[in-house]
Amino acid sequence: MAVKSRFDDVAKLVDTEQGFISREIFVDPDLYREELDKVFTRAWLFIGHESLIPNPGDFYTTRMGEESVILCRDKAGIVHAFLNSCRHRGMKVCRYEQGNTSIFTCPYHSWTYTTDGKLQGVPQYRSLYDGNLDRDANSLVSVAKLAIYKGTVWATWDRNAPEFLTYLGDAKIHLDQALDCRDGREGGSEVIGVHKWVFPSNWKFAAENFLGDTYHNPSHRSVDLIGIGPSAASGKKGRRDNELEHAQHVWISFPEGHGVHSAIQPENNEYVDSFLDQPVLEKYFRHCYEERKRRLGEQARLMPFVGTIFPNTSYHGRQPRGLCAWHPHSPTSTEGWRFFLVDADAPKEVKDYLRRYYMRYSGPAGMTEQDDMENWLYATSASVGTVARRYPFNYQQSLGAWTREHATLGGTVSVQVTEEIARGYYRRWKSYMGGGGWDELLGKDGVTQRAAE
Amino acid sequence: MSAEPLAAEAPQKTLLPRNDAYYRLKADMEDFLYAEADLLDERRFRDWLNLLADDITYFMPIRRNVKFGQHTERENTRQGAGISWFDEDKWTLTKRVDQILTGVHYAEEPLSRVTHMISNVQITRVTPDVNEPREVELRCRFLVYQNRIEYETYTFVGKRTDLIRKTADGWKIARREILLDQNVLLAKNLSTFF
Repeated sequence: MAVKSRFDDVAKLVDTEQGFISREIFVDPDLYREELDKVFTRAWLFIGHESLIPNPGDFYTTRMGEESVILCRDKAGIVHAFLNSCRHRGMKVCRYEQGNTSIFTCPYHSWTYTTDGKLQGVPQYRSLYDGNLDRDANSLVSVAKLAIYKGTVWATWDRNAPEFLTYLGDAKIHLDQALDCRDGREGGSEVIGVHKWVFPSNWKFAAENFLGDTYHNPSHRSVDLIGIGPSAASGKKGRRDNELEHAQHVWISFPEGHGVHSAIQPENNEYVDSFLDQPVLEKYFRHCYEERKRRLGEQARLMPFVGTIFPNTSYHGRQPRGLCAWHPHSPTSTEGWRFFLVDADAPKEVKDYLRRYYMRYSGPAGMTEQDDMENWLYATSASVGTVARRYPFNYQQSLGAWTREHATLGGTVSVQVTEEIARGYYRRWKSYMGGGGWDELLGKDGVTQRAAE
Repeated sequence: MSAEPLAAEAPQKTLLPRNDAYYRLKADMEDFLYAEADLLDERRFRDWLNLLADDITYFMPIRRNVKFGQHTERENTRQGAGISWFDEDKWTLTKRVDQILTGVHYAEEPLSRVTHMISNVQITRVTPDVNEPREVELRCRFLVYQNRIEYETYTFVGKRTDLIRKTADGWKIARREILLDQNVLLAKNLSTFF
């Protein structure tokens, strides 16, 4: 039975035309339950990376929404994802984070499942179950669809969902910038580690932060003052090198709800000095930059910054580089997973430097992102109150300041800092909460076209 | 079964002889650790940095849920490889202090109230020897309590291995390995020092 909140019309809580969004959607337990049902069982969710499960029998325990999911490469090398719960009494069949196995044995009554999810062993099957238990119908619950894209693994519970690349839409070329090799070859990344932590905030604060909320820059003043970037020891301030100092920044909202902040280098597209603290790295990244230009030509002018793929997958494209999944725990609690990426064939010194930079920048121990968590926590807790809930959040920034006259970028493009991406994201969130069909969820129905157009 | 170690932690090392020299040195080390904890708890971060050797390595692995028998090999992320909570040097630790002292590091502004409890101190190695110690490796337990703003409270509990070095300028911390007893970090931030 569909989950229904106490709000008769969820759509009324989200006014993207005037730019007001009710705080209820960030704090209300009822809406949260509805969201798990209507958003997280339908949208494509990022669940891992092939480099975590390179060999047959390798598994990585991941999450979709609130639920534990096993990502597994079977004996034949095919990748699956299953709900981590025995079909008999629900016990988790895997409580290890990662490993290699030929079988998942439920600790409770010892039912066993093969790496392709099939129920294999049932103790005393002949005497207790023969003729009644259909093994095939009691496999681990599989996701409806799974896609592997440039090493990243995605899944959805909705068998009617479009293929992943359709879902990704024009956000693809931007996500590509995070997933492709630094020298422009396709794919080729590997995960060198994962942060997991729980913070008391609604999951959408984190997702929205990466949508291109460039406006929150002042909250990182402390780290910008001291300088922790890859050229900090050489005297450059800031939390990263300003590789985009000559570029045109663009903020793009996509009809599927995704949003990115990317940048376009000027026509001459020259390398900006960066990674100055390590001559080996500087040389390497300069080389990669030139190679990428040679390979991609005009397209190499597009550079990544950050983005969120609807609903809860975010990426950082360069400094630092990685993917985040914002797993909901409750309306006011989220588990952040941050997967750190490098080119698998990058030199050892490069990988070693990057991992150190990632650690000092990112996640709960990161000097930059600690301040984000502080914001998300207190924005959540100060919105729970009865009075606070009467006053919606303001999303009026750069209202109307966008264009679709941009041939190569896709989506609705802004060239100034904007909340248009957030408005687009919540417009789509509203479609999911209204139980919309896939045409609407992909923004193809025309309903979401702005009157101003 | 093969002769794999049963304990999840590293195999037991030979104990140093418990004699007067050992206990004198242990008392010195405890004093040093308590004084260090005072500096942190009193927010004297610059003074704390002065206790760190210039070549300090400061490491907190991520702890993973692994199968029986794999703990030694796979439970903790490794220093010098991949991603941990901390795997850093004095430059980075100095940056962390600089950041707090900007007064606009909002994750620590206003400053948290923090208490470091240190216990179970045992010296595991002394070079060249216990009567003339130059470097002392010790193990201890820590309980770090953090309270922030009004209601935010975190308790970090675990084990530490320190390498303490004698210098002309007193004892300095040359290596610190922090084993926090958590898998998923049950805190929004690690904005304190351990």
